[in-house]
Amino acid sequence: MNKQVLVIGGGPAGLETAGQLENLGYKVYIVEKSDKLGGHLLKWDRLFPDSISAAETLQKLLEPVVHITTFLGCEVVSVNKTGGHFYVQLSNEATLSVSSIVVTAGFSLFSAEKKEEYGYNIYNRVVTSADIESYFKTKSDDRIQNPKSIGFVHCVGSRDEKACNKQCSKVCCITAVKQACEMKELYPEADVYCFYMDLRMYGRGYEDLYLEAQSQYGIRFIRGRVSEVAEDETGRLVIKAEDTLSSKPLKITLDLLVLMVGMVKNSDNEKLSSLLNTRLGDDGFFQCANPILRSTEGESEGIFFAGASTGPKTLPESINEAKASALAIHGYLSKQK
Amino acid sequence: MIVNGKQKIWSEYQKDIPDDHYFYVRSCIRQNFFPASEKIFLDIVQNKLGLDFFETEHHTTCGGIAYHSDTIPMETLMTIVARQFALMTEAGYKNYVASCITSFGIYTEILETWRHFPELEAKVRENLWTVTKREFNKPEYLAHASDVIYKLRNQIASASVNKLVNKETGEPLRVVDHIGCHYSKMFPSKGVGGAEYPYVLTGMIEAWGGEIIDYPERRHCCGFGFRQYLVKANRGYSLSNTHKKFESMKPFKPDMIITNCPGCPYFLDRWQYVISEMEGKTYGENSQGIPVFTYEEVAGLVLGYDPWDLGLQIHQTGVEPLLDKMGIVYNKADKYKL
Repeated sequence: MNKQVLVIGGGPAGLETAGQLENLGYKVYIVEKSDKLGGHLLKWDRLFPDSISAAETLQKLLEPVVHITTFLGCEVVSVNKTGGHFYVQLSNEATLSVSSIVVTAGFSLFSAEKKEEYGYNIYNRVVTSADIESYFKTKSDDRIQNPKSIGFVHCVGSRDEKACNKQCSKVCCITAVKQACEMKELYPEADVYCFYMDLRMYGRGYEDLYLEAQSQYGIRFIRGRVSEVAEDETGRLVIKAEDTLSSKPLKITLDLLVLMVGMVKNSDNEKLSSLLNTRLGDDGFFQCANPILRSTEGESEGIFFAGASTGPKTLPESINEAKASALAIHGYLSKQK
Repeated sequence: MIVNGKQKIWSEYQKDIPDDHYFYVRSCIRQNFFPASEKIFLDIVQNKLGLDFFETEHHTTCGGIAYHSDTIPMETLMTIVARQFALMTEAGYKNYVASCITSFGIYTEILETWRHFPELEAKVRENLWTVTKREFNKPEYLAHASDVIYKLRNQIASASVNKLVNKETGEPLRVVDHIGCHYSKMFPSKGVGGAEYPYVLTGMIEAWGGEIIDYPERRHCCGFGFRQYLVKANRGYSLSNTHKKFESMKPFKPDMIITNCPGCPYFLDRWQYVISEMEGKTYGENSQGIPVFTYEEVAGLVLGYDPWDLGLQIHQTGVEPLLDKMGIVYNKADKYKL
């Protein structure tokens, strides 16, 4: 048994797992299919609920892995397990022999075009939560031109059987509140509306931010889903919704509509799962050995998980799970001869 | 508006519409509202294009009006539909095309219901046999007649005499498309272009030289809505729906409206007169009203049929200003010929 571990996925969970394992004395490899480490965090500006810089957070995650062998733009092609060893072939033709594999492949963002009624990529002023986060970073997006009225639609592609995603994405409610406050900071004169089903403010500081959004920023929360979006003759958006608390239909004209896109499984999860001889759940995310006691362990020996590869998670949850996964791997390898 | 985005959606909702050999069923109410439309449809496909479209005088209503008015149960509706399918089977056809949008919706809904609940289909087969001693095959292909004209739109464009163009300026006519609710709102995959941005009429308008208008209340009901109109006390809802649509499309200055539903052209046409009487408000250029057409009528105009042979004299909102705009020559006196 060698002391080598392969981390599949170079997002926050992968970086934290790799850093922890290196500290524990293991030789670690990271395989990342994109051309940069950092995952979705690369595109984010500030993190809820305390507006911590995403770039600084990522920098802190990258520092411990600077000496780790990393394969960028690279995917796992085949995996053969013999005894306690995994022989892994990569798409760059490198071959690795490792004793354990940890899947930190994360999630994909729901494709907003699938909710056709919201008009993403049909109407110019409809953007996603990812687009607006990028706007916060760059302050540049042709679709955002001094908006006077802004709407946020929660649960786009989450808790939605029609979109084949029943799961709650966990982060969208608080992200919408954070982004609504940030838009209000940028455009103090704008009217900002949030259309929600439930507000799941379960984390520490979330409820405080939600109350602050109402009392200090004047953001209006409307319980109801947007049913359709259209453009008027000037290019502004006309949206229809129902306020289910007052049981009244609404029609509002907006300058910008932000769709809070949820977390969905990666399209290549099936392939990776097949290579690793693991199972996926009905939601398409990886299945762990036991969701309560062994949430970082796979059903096959030597396979581990961390982060959103096993379902939607917040960033702190992913980081904590990465630490737990590293410890579980250490425990597993310590018992091997 | 991002045209590429719409084109992407349209490319995902395409139907593989057969070229030929259809069993054609008429609509109950179209024959009264716009009687020439079905006649022109058959003339175009049978005589101008030489295709095989069969119809029989033995077919009845699909039962849709009664079903949507809550006066017959689903099982009765299914048995009526089963009889229509039996007529198709007896005539030796496999492709079924309905003139009426509600019938198309009814057929689609029933075929889907039978797919999920085969025991219901078995019961209906038993009912039909008990009552009529008939048996049936389900259609291999179900189309709405507007799907067929959509499929033939480029052939019609090639044979066109008139284009949907302002003859004086050369500018395309600005056209509002109104899709019947029962076309694809229930089953988006069964309609060309899906439910949110249907392409079936847009494709015709583009092929024939016009320009489509997308306006905020595009998806809204025309105002018929069955019980909104059929229950007399509800007629205010019917009128206010239509009013809402006209107010929404008004800033876009449409030249005409094209529809693919029996009720929609009727209500969009007739209620314009009522709005004018009630509010003194008339829409369209020079307050002449916005003419409303069935897609067969528009195809007929493009192919050079005499406007009065298309039955345009039956419309409430005058069509002459639009005919003049397109440069169509017609005899004013013939408007009143029998």
